[in-house]
Amino acid sequence: MTLQSRTSRNAFWPGFRLAVYGMMFGIVFSSSAVLSQEATAEVDNASTMLAPMLAPAAPGNVTVEDAPNDAGHAVIVTFSQSQAPADGQALVLGYEIYRSLARSGPWKKVGAVPSDVDVTASLIYKDAGGSDKSSDDYLPTETDLFYRVRAVTADSTLYSDSEVSAPAQAVGQWWNSGRNPVFFFVLFFTLLTLYFLRVAKQRGDSLYIRPLAGIDAVDEAIGRATEMGKPILYVLGLGTASDIATIASFTILGRVARKVAEYQTDVIVPCYDPIVFTIAQETVRTGYMDAGRPDAYRDDQVYFVTQAQFAYVAAVNGTILRDRPATNIYLGKFYAESLILAETGAIAGSIQIAGTDEIAQLPFFVVACDYTLIGEELYAASAYLGREPLLLGALKAQDYAKAVIVVLAILGVIMSGLGYEGFAKAFEAVG
Amino acid sequence: MNRKVMIPIASIIVFIGFLLLKFDFEAVDSSQALWDAFIVTAGGFLTLMIFSFLYRDNPFYKFAEHLYVGVSAAYWMCVGFWSNIVQQAIPHLSPWLSEALDQPFLGYKWDYWIPIAFGLLLLTRLLPDSLKIGWLSKWTLAFIVASTAGLLMTANLKANFISQISSTMSLPLLPDWTGFGDFVSNFDLSYGGQFIKMLSNWVIVVGVISGLVYFFFSKEHTGWFGRVSRLGIWVLMVTFGASFGYTVMGRVSLLVGRLTFLFRDWAGIIS
Repeated sequence: MTLQSRTSRNAFWPGFRLAVYGMMFGIVFSSSAVLSQEATAEVDNASTMLAPMLAPAAPGNVTVEDAPNDAGHAVIVTFSQSQAPADGQALVLGYEIYRSLARSGPWKKVGAVPSDVDVTASLIYKDAGGSDKSSDDYLPTETDLFYRVRAVTADSTLYSDSEVSAPAQAVGQWWNSGRNPVFFFVLFFTLLTLYFLRVAKQRGDSLYIRPLAGIDAVDEAIGRATEMGKPILYVLGLGTASDIATIASFTILGRVARKVAEYQTDVIVPCYDPIVFTIAQETVRTGYMDAGRPDAYRDDQVYFVTQAQFAYVAAVNGTILRDRPATNIYLGKFYAESLILAETGAIAGSIQIAGTDEIAQLPFFVVACDYTLIGEELYAASAYLGREPLLLGALKAQDYAKAVIVVLAILGVIMSGLGYEGFAKAFEAVG
Repeated sequence: MNRKVMIPIASIIVFIGFLLLKFDFEAVDSSQALWDAFIVTAGGFLTLMIFSFLYRDNPFYKFAEHLYVGVSAAYWMCVGFWSNIVQQAIPHLSPWLSEALDQPFLGYKWDYWIPIAFGLLLLTRLLPDSLKIGWLSKWTLAFIVASTAGLLMTANLKANFISQISSTMSLPLLPDWTGFGDFVSNFDLSYGGQFIKMLSNWVIVVGVISGLVYFFFSKEHTGWFGRVSRLGIWVLMVTFGASFGYTVMGRVSLLVGRLTFLFRDWAGIIS
């Protein structure tokens, strides 16, 4: 029995083992099959990713036209973007613009435009070159120009060129129509000035100009300086001779110099700009001559300091505290130094009259000076002081121009409110 | 020894003391270390000298002022000479001068002689009065003033006049208006809300017109005209107030920068 059962057990065992091995093999095989399928898929994906991409679609409809209202060294290139990328096509990042003097080249890259998300939108590039033939960006006038647009991708080897455009020329215009509103305003203002100039000549100085407290105070301040036996400090600011505020200030300086010469007191004019210094010297000298006292004029009354802003301020501050002028007059173009000068003058106890057209500096003068001429009051002051027909006529003309502007502004606002935007647009100056 | 001698000597001793304090004795390049120490020490001393003006005018301030003016005037003269005459004019005037001044010769340009001629005319002022040609300098001055005034006229008219008026005209006084009922039912005081938009447009339009009225000079400011003008000056003053506050904040930040230099780089009080 024992032998029989052992025999039957021995007969069973190899079959069982075979079954177990078979099952294990099956499991391993099926696992490896799944793994190999996944691996195959990954390889397939990788092979898809590494597949060489295609160049994008080419941009089209490249048209070139002369840029309007210029000197003839610019054209406007318009083109439609590449179509949305199809399967396998690289994404367009932007467009490079190439120019040539011949259809066949050679081509020169003149600019680039980023692509737009909306591929149906046309893009515009203004090729504005220079007029200097020796410079790299020279764009010839009245010469056939050809353009080509290249769609570029992240891969520098993948790009597409458009067809070459039809030839176009950059042509200069004698009349800038974008500035028509400016022209008409200048014309209108000139005619007004001429008319009021005539009126002012006929009526002499009887044309009314409202009192300007700051300018009325000038005579009083000169009188005070004379009584105190102290000088007057006149600061023309940091402007150059081309700034309107500085030019207006010269007129007032001339008047102050004449008065100073008449009252036999002294004026000090420290200058920031060398050209302003030269003109100021001439102005003060003329003022003394007009007053009949050329002998009283000294060149060192008007002097150049430096062209460094805060060094100039340091020097003027020193003058204010050492010479203790009775009156400080700050008229012209001022920047960050306005409050420093005005504060020092206030500490020195001087009467202070200021005026500038720099809006950011006006608050400082308002708080630290006795009188302030705000913006255009500075320009009007020269007419108010001089009472010359030319200046009076110009001032009157300015007022009428302002009246017209007020009426136009009210009309424009009403028209815009009613939906007629064209009225306001007619006053837009372009270029 | 009087004060006039004592104070400068004491100042120099204190300066040397600070210089030694700032000097890095362990530095490999001692000349560079000395230069660095000198720059920081001089910067600190000059800052304090300029600040001393807040107390009153004094010799230290005078010293800093004269140093600043002298150095800056010389600096700008050199910059003007080298950048305008040597680098721009000479390369178009003379190959010999270009070579002598180590500049490339860029070819003759006849139009460069025009500003040079005007410049030379301006210098006739420096000649003795006995020659009686100083008046020629007025040609240059007349050219500068007249040409720039003419050129700037259109630019100013466009930027400061027409553009302002055109922008004012485009402002709708009743933005997004769909009826009074909608306005009341959708009323809100948020920044982008219809009411605030409307209010700001009204303020701009009324402010521009009343401001313009204030700048009428040939009519007496009485009656209704005077009242509108009064409103104009109020608008200007409110604007100035806002601008004042904004600019003062900027100036405070400049002061903070300078104090930081003093306390950190120079005195080493803060890290």
